[in-house]
Amino acid sequence: MTLVFLLLAAITILGMGAAMSLRNPVRCVVGLTVGFLGLAALYLQLGAQFVGLTQVLVYVGAVAILIIFAIMMTRSTESPEQQTFSRLWFAGIAIAVVVFAVLGWAIHFGAHMLPTQAALPELPVQQIGDALLHRFVLPLEIIAVLLTAALIGAGVLALDDPAGEKRGPQ
Amino acid sequence: MTPLTNYLLLSAFLFCIGLGVALSRRSAILVLIGIEIMLNAANLNFIAFWRFGPTPSALTGVMFTIFSIAIAAAEATVGLSIILAVYRRASTTDIEATEAPQR
Repeated sequence: MTLVFLLLAAITILGMGAAMSLRNPVRCVVGLTVGFLGLAALYLQLGAQFVGLTQVLVYVGAVAILIIFAIMMTRSTESPEQQTFSRLWFAGIAIAVVVFAVLGWAIHFGAHMLPTQAALPELPVQQIGDALLHRFVLPLEIIAVLLTAALIGAGVLALDDPAGEKRGPQ
Repeated sequence: MTPLTNYLLLSAFLFCIGLGVALSRRSAILVLIGIEIMLNAANLNFIAFWRFGPTPSALTGVMFTIFSIAIAAAEATVGLSIILAVYRRASTTDIEATEAPQR
């Protein structure tokens, strides 16, 4: 059990770390996809099969492809010649390290308060459907409205072409 | 048997990777990738607490994660179309080059 966790955690961290440090944006997205797959496997290991498969479907299937499309449409597939890290990258990394130190401190000294349920919970998909259409029906409808609004908003933003205005160097 | 602490530490580490990406990269697309990594770290926390919590039959963590995935998908769509709109005007996705409004 622990070996599986260590393996999956290593895959996830390696993928996300590649997304953090590589220069070429396409390779970053590939690393990100590996990280998403590792997280999906972690969800499966935690007994949440539906969430793991949703993760594969939505993140690996949709979000990663969407990011690849955005990279292609903005013509940034090659590694840029100039710096890929911002001028204040050191401050950004330092903030991330400090946040990790604080979180790790909180987890370490709060460990005795954490719940320790041993049995792997059963989660049939039917139960999720029941909960979605009974107890969580209002959030479900709100999510539907939000997704529609996001779809229309994305279309409007992407169609927003400053025709006749300057379109950069031709 | 992996204790909950390990999942929380992994999630905190992933969150900090995402924070580092979002704060230190120049490409706007990579900043969006950093935000996605942070959202995923939060999702892992939800699932881990659901798994080890006293009442897993309440399904709260799983439901929160599903809604969070839906919101993250909407966020990625809108964010990427904003990046495309900016690229149309400024011909770059470099954040530092688009800092000041170009007139």
